Amino acid sequence: MSERILVDAKNTFCPGPLMELISNMKMAEVGDELELLSTDEGSAADIPEWINKVGHEILESFTKEDVLHIVVKKIK
Amino acid sequence: MHILVVGGGMGGTILANNLARRLSGELEQGSTKITMVSASDKHMYQPGLLYVAVGKMSTSELYRDQKSLLEPTIDFHVDPVEKFDLDNNSVTTKSGKKISYDILCIATGSRGDAAAIPGLAENACQFYTEADAVAMYKKLSKFEGGKVVVATGVPHKCPMSPLEITFFLMDYFKKRGIWDKVDLHYTYPIGRVHSLAPVAEWAAPEFDKEGITYETLFNMKEVVPGKVISEEDSSAEFDLLITVPPHKGMKVIEDNELGKGGFIPTDKKRLNMEGRDNVYVLGDTTNLPISKAGSTAHFEAEALGENIAAIVQMGEPVRDYDGKVFCFIEAGDGKATYAMFDYNNPPNPQAPTSGLHWFKTAYNRMYWASARGII
Repeated sequence: MSERILVDAKNTFCPGPLMELISNMKMAEVGDELELLSTDEGSAADIPEWINKVGHEILESFTKEDVLHIVVKKIK
Repeated sequence: MHILVVGGGMGGTILANNLARRLSGELEQGSTKITMVSASDKHMYQPGLLYVAVGKMSTSELYRDQKSLLEPTIDFHVDPVEKFDLDNNSVTTKSGKKISYDILCIATGSRGDAAAIPGLAENACQFYTEADAVAMYKKLSKFEGGKVVVATGVPHKCPMSPLEITFFLMDYFKKRGIWDKVDLHYTYPIGRVHSLAPVAEWAAPEFDKEGITYETLFNMKEVVPGKVISEEDSSAEFDLLITVPPHKGMKVIEDNELGKGGFIPTDKKRLNMEGRDNVYVLGDTTNLPISKAGSTAHFEAEALGENIAAIVQMGEPVRDYDGKVFCFIEAGDGKATYAMFDYNNPPNPQAPTSGLHWFKTAYNRMYWASARGII
């Protein structure tokens, strides 16, 4: 059974949301879902860019109370 | 009240000294005791390894006796913890000794994990242990030219080190007069040359000016002789591969199942282990999404020292850790800059200056006073 892993990268600058997502993705199992929370303006563009380049899957993306939520699934 | 500090690196040492000063009266009366257990009787200045790797510092400058850095009221033992029994407020050490505590502070650090990427350890130079830094310097000193690639794993200790080692390599090759025979190529895991956007905006033009090529969104998947292959289906050929390897927490944290990857889930403001009110975590050991750097451990230790002392004296903590980090950035050519930020304020690094490089050089020696809690 896959689990959803919360990656809370709100209000962090270094290493930043994408690097946090990559770190957590490496520790996750194939099939796991990860929900990244980010307040970084660049995340809306750079997270999908990396996810698509590597070949994982974006399940959902939305903004709630100024926090970007991106839910991704580890494919490989 | 017994406070047990596990780990004698930067975070544990600054915290223990901070507490010993704040609780000097209680220690003298015998109502409070501070114990530190560590794996070594030596304390290493880890940022110095970067300098050793390029011949800018000798290995003897890396160490001091741990006991000499500690307040005499701290009961110090070289006897690393092997088992944590958090439900019963006790740990068991390598020698088999069981130590009970009222408050536990875990500061065991992190370690390079080149083995996580097939072929990396066998084909790359790294500088996160004394032996590796010395081996890297020996390899550099025999290098006569060719393609040099810098590749970075995730997560890693010291977010500035990929840039710093690149600029230091450039300096080194220039000094040896072989810069025109070297193609230096920098790779980085995310879509710019550094995590911090203002740092990336400064560094990329510097690379362009010096002829250092770069590729972003490059996460190492595998290394074979002469070639590093990325998860993004790209590759870079090399004659010499320098890596900032991926890191993980210490084995004892993994063995005791305190946190995935050896990083303990930690409250970002109170720094207590999630679900535990009397267990605190600091430095590289936390799973916090902030820089794994000495300055992070330092500022966390100051906040924790104030809070734990207040808990002993008043029963309640008095402040939150605000996420403060301060990192020097060696920029090559005898210049440096810095980045300072916290949870609410982004960094705004200034142009590198020679003055900041000399300040960093001075700090490399002042560190020992910092560990003692004097500055």
